[in-house]
Amino acid sequence: MSMEQIVDKYFRPGRLPHIWCPGCGNGVVTGCICKAVDKLGLDQNEVVVVSGIGCSSRASGYLDFNTVHSAHGRALPVATGVKLAEPRLKVIVVTGDGDCTAIGGNHLIHAARRNIDMTVVLYNNSIYGMTGGQYSPMTPLGSKATTAPYATIEQDFDVTELVKAAGATFVARATTFHAQVLADVITKGIQHKGFALIEAVAACPTSFGRHNKMPNPATLMEWQRDHAVMKAAWDKMDAAKREGKFPIGVLYEDTSRKEYTGAYEELIARAQGGKK
Amino acid sequence: MKLKLITARCKGCGVCVNFCPKKVLAISEVEKCEAVHPELCIGCGQCELRCPDYAIFVEK
Amino acid sequence: MSRILLLQGNQAVVEGAIAAGVKFFGGYPITPSTEVAESLAEKLPLVGGKFIQMEDEIASMGAIIGASLTGKKVMTATSGPGFSLKQELIGYACAAEVPMVIVNVQRVGPSTGQPTSPSQGDIMQARWGTHGDHWLIALTPASVPECFELTLRAYALSEKYRTPVILLMDEVIGHMREKIELPDNYDEIPKAERKRPACAPADYKAYADVDGDGVPPMADFGSGYRWHVTGLVHDETGFPKGTPGATVAAADRQYHKIYDNLDDIVQVDEYRMEDAEYAIVAFGGGARTAYETVDMARAKGIKVGLVRPITIWPFAGAQMAALADKVKGILVHELNCGQYVLEVERAVAGKCPVCSYAKYDNEPATPAQLLAALEKSLAL
Repeated sequence: MSMEQIVDKYFRPGRLPHIWCPGCGNGVVTGCICKAVDKLGLDQNEVVVVSGIGCSSRASGYLDFNTVHSAHGRALPVATGVKLAEPRLKVIVVTGDGDCTAIGGNHLIHAARRNIDMTVVLYNNSIYGMTGGQYSPMTPLGSKATTAPYATIEQDFDVTELVKAAGATFVARATTFHAQVLADVITKGIQHKGFALIEAVAACPTSFGRHNKMPNPATLMEWQRDHAVMKAAWDKMDAAKREGKFPIGVLYEDTSRKEYTGAYEELIARAQGGKK
Repeated sequence: MKLKLITARCKGCGVCVNFCPKKVLAISEVEKCEAVHPELCIGCGQCELRCPDYAIFVEK
Repeated sequence: MSRILLLQGNQAVVEGAIAAGVKFFGGYPITPSTEVAESLAEKLPLVGGKFIQMEDEIASMGAIIGASLTGKKVMTATSGPGFSLKQELIGYACAAEVPMVIVNVQRVGPSTGQPTSPSQGDIMQARWGTHGDHWLIALTPASVPECFELTLRAYALSEKYRTPVILLMDEVIGHMREKIELPDNYDEIPKAERKRPACAPADYKAYADVDGDGVPPMADFGSGYRWHVTGLVHDETGFPKGTPGATVAAADRQYHKIYDNLDDIVQVDEYRMEDAEYAIVAFGGGARTAYETVDMARAKGIKVGLVRPITIWPFAGAQMAALADKVKGILVHELNCGQYVLEVERAVAGKCPVCSYAKYDNEPATPAQLLAALEKSLAL
């Protein structure tokens, strides 16, 4: 299916253009989710998209699936309820860096720990965009924001390492510049049986770029191009060469751990068999 | 092969213009993408791939 | 066939939930409600249901919202501090009109307060705990058998009116053990079902009042009706629309779906009120004291009865106004500094004296204490 057909099929009629600013990377990420769903041939009636609050979380309203635009930080608990109650449904979580790692941070580590089958697409634009540019836990150290006029002094999260440590069994990253890689890793994340997180590095020209000498959307994408390194190449680089760069692609996958809803079905069988 | 522009969706961000290897595209006076040299298009799809607004498609 | 058991109120809630057809519980341990979670962790898998202990109280609310969207009957249980945390998503559940039963076994507050001591200090929080105008239902049982009955009723109302229902317990009722007769076979108990769409998926508007009763049909996720759920103000399509007209339309419909049905929703019980000249208004654990006080007062020749609201919210305003026409004075007894009495005063509007016996010392009143308060406050 062509991209135009994909947009026509998976976006709700009459809801474009979207609310995102000129050059915002969110549209690219959302398009990549649709490409992945299309590639896997998923039934739209069987897909649930749950989002939190923030710029990226507005994506749920555009997409023609069962969709929940939940509360700030709460996408993962709602998604957990959907998935555990009805495991046959495919659950995709759309969230942002602030939504997922600040107010929703506790939910993130516990969803990862449970290894519940869902695909989290974390739109990382390094900023709270909806409220006008405050720093998030993923704003790079030393960046400026409206609440960091003298630049941030807080170490930022590497969310891929965070969820890996917490128990996620599929971890990937890509950027909106590397949109093909992004669509590919989202596809693999959806296929993965377990908790999958994809960090989608997305540009925010309005609220991050303008404060950090990159107001031009294309400049932000060039920054992605120049700082992202494919995992295979990254693995061969020494520490000095890695400085200031970050890996993209599938960063971690473990298929040996039990998935939560499957484990719960086993628990039901055990309980009904009279065993504790 | 030809380019299809959906001007109503375009916000004129210029990403497509920047990454077009053949300088086919430009931002117009009304801040919309336009194909100024469509004859040079090689159909590489770099514009479609990164357009955040689903406003440009390469028809093959 | 039935069986006779000795159960705690919290356990009776669990039996009521299973009887109602609950299939999902998301919770977090907190005294004095924990027995609800413990018991459902054991019983839900036996009926093919799911139990999950979430990472916090907010997550528990999120999980039951998600599960309810798939069409399941859901429950969470908590107490004061947890009830405070849940308020965020109680507002969401009101805005998105997601059916659920939230058990709050009240304890002394604010903050950590007294975890094992009885209180009815969350009366106003149950009504106004989340931000913004919203409407919901809260029921309060006064005995172990009533815990079972009201849990069933909570599901019936929640599904019928597409709204969160709070089962507002207190520590007295939650932890008290009493005799209860339960049916052997819960399959014979009729199951409340939410209204589901009759139209084709393409014509479905998730918040359209198609039947004129203010309750839009609700499709299960995965049933072919793809719809959008949001906490933003939305129009009948479910998509965000913040115009003055859409905002008023949503609020008015949500108000009317509950407040046009007070006859169906509001229940008030009475004890020895036939010839009463005075009334004690008390509920939950406080009512247990009041039954005895009424008998003691009657023995002394004071014609007093008990009026016991079972539905706490919406407030039994009409019943209280009618009561004021009948009696010479009302004493409201509650285990807090005086919350419900404010509503009673408002409804009575000066037609008769309304006094308060507000007890907030971590202990339920004795019948003698309540009798003394009755005699003193109404100058009997």
